[in-house]
Amino acid sequence: MGILEVKGVNKRFGGLQALGDVNLSVAENTVHAIIGPNGAGKSTLLNCLVGKLIPDTGSVLFSGQSVLGRKPHEINQMGISRVFQTPEIFGDLTVLENVLIPCFAKRDGAYRLHAFESVADERDITAHAEQMLRDVKMWDKRDMLARALSRGDKRRLEMAMCLSQHPKLLLLDEPTAGMARADTNNTIDLLKEIKARGDITMVIIEHDMHVVFSLADRITVLAQGTPLVEDVPANIKGHPKVQEAYLGQAHQAH
Amino acid sequence: MLGLSKKDLMFLMIVTALTLAAPILLNPFPESSALAQFNAGYPDLMQRIAIFAIFAVGFNILFGLTGYLSFGHAAFVGVGSYATIWMFKLLSMNILPGILLSVTLGGIFAYLIGFVSLRRSGIYFSILTLAFAQMCFNLAYSVLTPLTNGESGLQPELSDPRILDAARAGGTVATPNLFGLGMNATWKVEALGRVFQFNAGYYVCGVISVLMFYLALRIFRSPFGMMLRAIKSNQHRLNYTGLNSRPYMLTAFVISGMYAGLAGGLLAAMDPLAGPDRMQWTASGEVVLMTILGGTGTLLGPVLGAGFIKYFENIFSKINDTVLHSWFSFLPKWLEDICVAIIHPFVGQGWNLTLGVLFMGVVIFLPGGLIEGGQRIGRLWRRKPGGNGAPSAKNAAAE
Amino acid sequence: MDAILLQTLNGLDKGSAYALIALGLTLIFGTLGVVNFAHGAVFMIGAFCAVSMNRLLHLSYMTVDPTKKDFLGNPMKIQTPYIEAWFGHDTGAALLNWSVPLALLLALPVMIVVGVVMERGLIKHFYKRPHADQILVTFGLAIVLQEIVKQIFGANPIPTPAPHALAGALDLGAMIGLKAGAVVYPTWRMIYFLFSLIVIGGVFSFLQFTTFGMVVRAGMADRETVGLLGINIDKRFSIMFGLAAAVAGLAGVMYTPINAPNYHMGMDFLVLSFVVVVVGGMGSLPGAVAAGFLLGILESYGSMNAVKSLLPGIDQIIIYVIAIVVLLTRPRGLMGRKGVMED
Repeated sequence: MGILEVKGVNKRFGGLQALGDVNLSVAENTVHAIIGPNGAGKSTLLNCLVGKLIPDTGSVLFSGQSVLGRKPHEINQMGISRVFQTPEIFGDLTVLENVLIPCFAKRDGAYRLHAFESVADERDITAHAEQMLRDVKMWDKRDMLARALSRGDKRRLEMAMCLSQHPKLLLLDEPTAGMARADTNNTIDLLKEIKARGDITMVIIEHDMHVVFSLADRITVLAQGTPLVEDVPANIKGHPKVQEAYLGQAHQAH
Repeated sequence: MLGLSKKDLMFLMIVTALTLAAPILLNPFPESSALAQFNAGYPDLMQRIAIFAIFAVGFNILFGLTGYLSFGHAAFVGVGSYATIWMFKLLSMNILPGILLSVTLGGIFAYLIGFVSLRRSGIYFSILTLAFAQMCFNLAYSVLTPLTNGESGLQPELSDPRILDAARAGGTVATPNLFGLGMNATWKVEALGRVFQFNAGYYVCGVISVLMFYLALRIFRSPFGMMLRAIKSNQHRLNYTGLNSRPYMLTAFVISGMYAGLAGGLLAAMDPLAGPDRMQWTASGEVVLMTILGGTGTLLGPVLGAGFIKYFENIFSKINDTVLHSWFSFLPKWLEDICVAIIHPFVGQGWNLTLGVLFMGVVIFLPGGLIEGGQRIGRLWRRKPGGNGAPSAKNAAAE
Repeated sequence: MDAILLQTLNGLDKGSAYALIALGLTLIFGTLGVVNFAHGAVFMIGAFCAVSMNRLLHLSYMTVDPTKKDFLGNPMKIQTPYIEAWFGHDTGAALLNWSVPLALLLALPVMIVVGVVMERGLIKHFYKRPHADQILVTFGLAIVLQEIVKQIFGANPIPTPAPHALAGALDLGAMIGLKAGAVVYPTWRMIYFLFSLIVIGGVFSFLQFTTFGMVVRAGMADRETVGLLGINIDKRFSIMFGLAAAVAGLAGVMYTPINAPNYHMGMDFLVLSFVVVVVGGMGSLPGAVAAGFLLGILESYGSMNAVKSLLPGIDQIIIYVIAIVVLLTRPRGLMGRKGVMED
């Protein structure tokens, strides 16, 4: 029994079958990658995992609890964090404040009227947030406004925000999309470090094969809304079906 | 101390000192000089500045921090005013019960209106708040006449029951007071060719406004304030960070509604007459203008904006054509007439036009308001000698 | 039954005004993504076009008739409108009488210019600014416009009558076979309703049957894609703005005989029209029109004595109450689409 269980998920948009009978089981503390050509239904699947879309049939269980129909903050409070394709951060706040917010959310829950406490007096929280920034090597940028960061740094900050909550499951939606090679490598290194701690499950949706093969424990190949193969990376590389559906199509495209 | 950092404490102390010394500071011109008309040290004007500063500071907690633009806050001011007058009528001419009720009612109304309006964000929210305020205005004007006395406005009368101090009321309606200290009690001091007026009503408003400023300062520095700023910055991320933005918004809305209710209560306490025009959309627009004029999201901005607008409203409405002619009398007659004709629509009765032009001007040319304008000038000035003008985020957030 | 029919009719003219203003608001909002708080002021300017036309036609010169004496014994001064001098007494008098419909001719170009100038001069610079800034700047503009009108025309309402021929009432009840005098309805209100139907029909067929309209509709559905197709939306934007201003302006002209225009009428109508737009569904043209009529009629029902004695004051707030109910049950409005103005 995995920490994340997707069973028989179907989703139609009008006449388009976006997801057809998707089954997925992600084991705890592993990295599971979902790859597939454009339009394979990767984003739809991810949106089902965070409750943003409700599948027509099927179930999505996280630690045995259904995530369907829950609001984003409830999903987060269950222990799921999400990294977006374009980094979603608080651009008008400083880098340190960006990390403080998830720390408060972790401690206080979805809402608390802490209007007469001072941020500076919450030593435990600030210490934790500062440690987080040191961990992702952004300590010297703590007083910058987040929107002034480079794209790579924004991604780094977003990861720090997610990790500061010690989520059980981290969902990454194309974490290196649109990044320069150096930034991509930095991101891979960061993810490897996180993985090495061994206390977090990750689901990665990714285009970049380099990223996938350097991180994933298991890979699911999605094509036309259906899982084609699920296996360890070594077996995926040479798999004929994958060649046909994914790489074959890529060859045609070029 | 007081849960503030050293810097904030210093800031608060300066604001307190300025508030207490306002009757002196706002009277810079000697009585005999021609400039005496530009003095602002009159009890009535200073009371208004302090009261509208409270209103704007509260409004800024909503608009400045969360970015949700309400066009209906005047409704809470109106509710506060009516509540205070009713306390005058039923209980006592002591302002305390009235003010407490006005804050409470402001909060309750804000909760009800906020609960519905906050179901939508952005433009919808602005429209809904505007509509609700207009609804309150309509009601106060028509059906609720028994409660509001309609167009002519509500005021305490001799025949009111006033159960706590009916005996004191004698032949005329007593003035509003705080445990016997009349709000119109003024201690005049003549010195240096000026008349300084220390008015009890002003000091009541001033002390309350400093308290309210302190509360706002605490909110700005609190985790709660940080969450509100996060809502403005990226609500999507905030939700995926595990926070439910709606109760945060609703709390901010209620807090700002209570500030508005308090302002309304004080208005009625200083001048015991409440009319429905206090709830009109122009009044809601005015507080928006005060906030953006001073600097949205800054602590001091709304105070500056309120002072600026109330001061110039007072000055402008005093200027008439005779005054204008005397200003331009040094010019040839035809040029004098042209100048007077150009300025005429903006002064006297035309203050609203000035307000509208100011409104557009600030939005177009100075979106950051006076505070940002000051910072820009300061940066220019600093860059010249030192060449070190890089703005740091910390400063921008702190001001 | 007769009373309900009468109240339905009574609601139509207010509903027409709401629908026409809401239509313009939605056009601007749907194509440009801007909420125009000055749109009510545009309606008001339209109404004052009618007032200006009336004053213009009444411009007179003075003659002294020595043969007649006034009550002080001085020679009688006679004001003769130029228009009577130029076109003869009868034609001139007829023109004066028909000043409100004639004002449409004046208002149409004026309103288009007002709309285009507004867009080119001001709104254009705010497309990329936050919505709050757009609201604020148009709000400021609304204040400025209405204060200018106040300075020129004064603060009091200025009655502007309909042509005599249309000033009476129609016995609609008799026409449809009910007993005479049961449903009597002022002629001008009927005309206002028909006029608004024509304008609404015109706008819809313009959008439906012209290439321009097709692009506009496409733009309302998906602005970015239309921009990517290389279609010059900018120019179309200002035309849209002109069109919306013209619709509101004409609505204002025709409304003057129903209610004497004053400088703050625009904001009163704007607030209600906003509610109409929200109830109809932001960005939906049919929604705006349907909700406009619906709310106008419901408001009229609310003012029936039978209803008022049951729920005092309901006529003042019924529109808002409906808005609350709609928002709580259908947050996107009656015909709103998903994804319009969300975040």
